[in-house]
Amino acid sequence: MISDIVAQYTTPEASLGFGSEALPSQRGFLSGDVAHQFNSLAFDLPRTQDPVDFLHTYTDVKSAEDNLIKLAHGTTTLAFKYASGVVVATDSRATQGSVISSQSVKKVIEINPYLLGTMAGGAADCAFWERELGRRCRLYELRNKERISVAAASKLLANMVYSYKGMGLSMGTMISGWDKTGPNLFYVDNDGLRLKGDLFSVGSGATYAYGVLDSGYNHELSKADAIELGKRSIYHATHRDAYSGGSVRVFHINESGWEFISLTDVDDLHWEYTDQARAP
Amino acid sequence: MDMLATNPAVHPTSTAKQAAFSPYADHGGTNLAIAGADYCILASDTRQSSGYNINTRFAPKTFKLSDKSVLATAGCQPDCNMVVTRVKHSMKGYKYTHNKEMSTPAIAQMLSIMLYQKRFFPYYDFNILGGLDEEGKGCVFCYDAVGSYERVPCNAYGSASALIQPFLDNQVRNKNQQGKEKVTEFDPVARLSIDEAMRIVKDAFTSATERDIYTGDFLQIFIVTSAGVEEQLHPLKRD
Repeated sequence: MISDIVAQYTTPEASLGFGSEALPSQRGFLSGDVAHQFNSLAFDLPRTQDPVDFLHTYTDVKSAEDNLIKLAHGTTTLAFKYASGVVVATDSRATQGSVISSQSVKKVIEINPYLLGTMAGGAADCAFWERELGRRCRLYELRNKERISVAAASKLLANMVYSYKGMGLSMGTMISGWDKTGPNLFYVDNDGLRLKGDLFSVGSGATYAYGVLDSGYNHELSKADAIELGKRSIYHATHRDAYSGGSVRVFHINESGWEFISLTDVDDLHWEYTDQARAP
Repeated sequence: MDMLATNPAVHPTSTAKQAAFSPYADHGGTNLAIAGADYCILASDTRQSSGYNINTRFAPKTFKLSDKSVLATAGCQPDCNMVVTRVKHSMKGYKYTHNKEMSTPAIAQMLSIMLYQKRFFPYYDFNILGGLDEEGKGCVFCYDAVGSYERVPCNAYGSASALIQPFLDNQVRNKNQQGKEKVTEFDPVARLSIDEAMRIVKDAFTSATERDIYTGDFLQIFIVTSAGVEEQLHPLKRD
């Protein structure tokens, strides 16, 4: 029975309060099935007066240059709703201090076939919590026999990170997808802020992306033009923001779910756009 | 007698001070991994240092997990050790429960979650997991300290990573090489034979040893193929 399987891997909905999860020792850490230790969320804390202050000393992203543990971060991401769907576009650079740690990051997170999340802020924070969101969305489907709405999914995420507010999580994400009500887009961040909107850009290069995006945005855009606008906005952000770069990754969402569109090196785009500017 | 410590008026320059909790140390060292079509190479030097002091010339920090996977660690040695112990322990539990060895991509996801469980008290440990995937293709997964990970064709981590990574980008990923096919995420394996990859690995480490004080002494290489894991040890300069 599917409900038995669901019960095995979850706590009853009623008792699902945050912070009430059992400690690893209480969950049979040494029991046979190692998957048990990953069933519910429990995080180790340093044994100090102020664990949050401890974490800031070593990992605060705002002064990454001086910190011992450099967490991967830095980004430009954008998403916008228009007549025939949602366009999601990101760069692919990760920086640890001033070192580029990767030029090939996947900042679009495929939560399930009709929900996408984006990654800005701490890479691990976004990847972990959006994976956890994917698990909870699947459980919602099994319990309710219908897909979760984008509004509900984004609220699950906002509530999860809200319970860790002030502890140093760093996440700025856009949850987008298609549900019964059509295309939807929400912004969720580590403060627990959750906004519904038509157009968002997040990350260190967001201001540059907004400049291009706002000037070219129109609800009645064709699909090809919308994709091109997303691509061009990210390109201009990578051109001016040192913490953004690599390749532009574009996804598109319509009523049948998301679709991967393209991955283009920004250097190739640079010469393409330079040639276009010279043409007329 | 406690007056001096408790009353600042008696001793104006002394105030109560809490010693900082500082659980981390950087023990240096460098790791490198290259994934090929049917092989994976992981290499690390064996020097362990604290500041300008060399603790030992032979402290291996790369470990065989199974016939198909190897884990390389760099950072704070006790943290690295704990991570390796926990991964091995969980792999045993998996094997006894499911009667099969954990695949490398499965270990990769598990390691990510293990690192994230220490999100608020991170391991000071930068990992590279390498081996063969379920299809027998070479795979390399590289991590940050709290579990963000990515599958890549090649990676260098540790004290000489900034010296080696650009070299790998050019020679393994074919970046900025006109007329050569770029290695992308859609097929993240090097277009190199084992021998070519081994030459790149050795050149990377002899060169890094020349310019990085934390890298040297010995080079330990693990070659993962369908035949199993072969281990080699080569001398590096000891100065």
